[in-house]
Amino acid sequence: MKFTEEHEWLRADGDVVAVGITEHASEQLGDVVFVELPEVGTQVTKGDDIVVIESVKAASDILAPVDGEIIEINETLADDPGKVNSDPLGEAWFFKIKASDPSQMDEYMDEDAYKDFIG
Amino acid sequence: MSDTLRRTPLHALHLELGAKMVPFAGYDMPVQYPLGVMKEHLHTRAAAGLFDVSHMGQVIVRAEGGYDAAALTLEALVPVDILGLGEGRQRYGVFTNEAGGIGDDLMIAHRDDHLFVVVNAACKEADIAHMRAGMPGCEVEEITDRALLALQGPRAEAVLSALVPDVRNMRFMDVAVLDSDYGELWISRSGYTGEDGFEVSVANENAEALARALLANDEVEPIGLGARDSLRLEAGLCLYGHDIDSTTTPVEAALAWAIQKLRRNGGARAGGFPGADVVLEQLESGASRRRVGLRPEGRAPMREGTELYAREEGGAPLGRVTSGAFGPTIGAPMSMGYVPSEMAETGTMLYGEVRGKRMPVKVAKMPFTPANFKR
Repeated sequence: MKFTEEHEWLRADGDVVAVGITEHASEQLGDVVFVELPEVGTQVTKGDDIVVIESVKAASDILAPVDGEIIEINETLADDPGKVNSDPLGEAWFFKIKASDPSQMDEYMDEDAYKDFIG
Repeated sequence: MSDTLRRTPLHALHLELGAKMVPFAGYDMPVQYPLGVMKEHLHTRAAAGLFDVSHMGQVIVRAEGGYDAAALTLEALVPVDILGLGEGRQRYGVFTNEAGGIGDDLMIAHRDDHLFVVVNAACKEADIAHMRAGMPGCEVEEITDRALLALQGPRAEAVLSALVPDVRNMRFMDVAVLDSDYGELWISRSGYTGEDGFEVSVANENAEALARALLANDEVEPIGLGARDSLRLEAGLCLYGHDIDSTTTPVEAALAWAIQKLRRNGGARAGGFPGADVVLEQLESGASRRRVGLRPEGRAPMREGTELYAREEGGAPLGRVTSGAFGPTIGAPMSMGYVPSEMAETGTMLYGEVRGKRMPVKVAKMPFTPANFKR
């Protein structure tokens, strides 16, 4: 598993990357009340805002970690956005992206580096 | 102005309880406790929540001529029948400015021979200066040696009456001064959640002991500013500086109910408050815009600043959201905001622009959750 500075986790299986947010991010956000997901088939560029998460406090975004195509989204989050708080590393993945250049994953932190990052 | 945040007498207790603290109106205040905003909100509606509202301003106003003299003098600043307020009763009011806008909202109580007033934290210095300047012959005393706690929710009476039995005899908007193990308490049966409950003024040195005694009851959880905001919004209550301010009149703000007939045209003490010409005219002929409740059709909250449109495409914004959040009890987003009066009817479909997309939103009745007062 890899981590971004925006507190996303990335789980790669071949060139398909599942994306969620870390426990740290979920705690900072507070209770999540709404999730807006991209459409399957959307072509995205690394850094695009592709998911909106609304918590009781504020709205925040998830950025595309790599270039590629959205091949699957977790529609259960629309009905149960609270999963982002209850199981951020498991059931609350947001989308899977087929990376057009998997080497873009190399720049992200491993778990130890992320732990140092959040202090 | 000092950069140092002020602390209430319960500051150490908030830290001990694990609160996340934020700056609010110059104070270091708990925004949430480990329970989290959503559960704190739901707990308050189901049982009882304890809020530290010691940052708010508590003010006593006395006049040589007793209550009537003080009441009549305050009526020059507030379009409310204060002289007619019964002893032991409280009323909501607003300070108006020369343009008919709102300088602050406040609670006004008739206690014995004087007035007891509670004003917003962010406005308290200005309000006190305004009262001192505008109430000649009155002594305006800011009470700085007392904390203010709010206990809100359907179990509030059961919880508080275990410590102060006489609160059972109070009705909504009653005020009383009662003796207790925590010294003299100044209690009102009111609050800012739409639930039954009490606000309790207690001497600073007894505040923590009282808070601990209330929290020792299983029915009570400490509640932060986050849930305080979602509770008041579900209850349709205004937040000063957001839903009402110096540019909104009481009529525009849908607060005309707070202006008794006696202060309106034809009443025995009509007008006589700042901006009366504007406000009285609007009471008769209506205002061009009005504060309304808004229920977005989807799940995305429409937050403060969201612009409102008549149509899904094109046109200029016709209003904006002044407060918006997710309502934990209604399980849906909710907002309030200003729209042209001809679009203020319940059920009117509008569009709010969220992240560049216009989303449908309906004008809705407030409160969003039914009020649960002990009348």
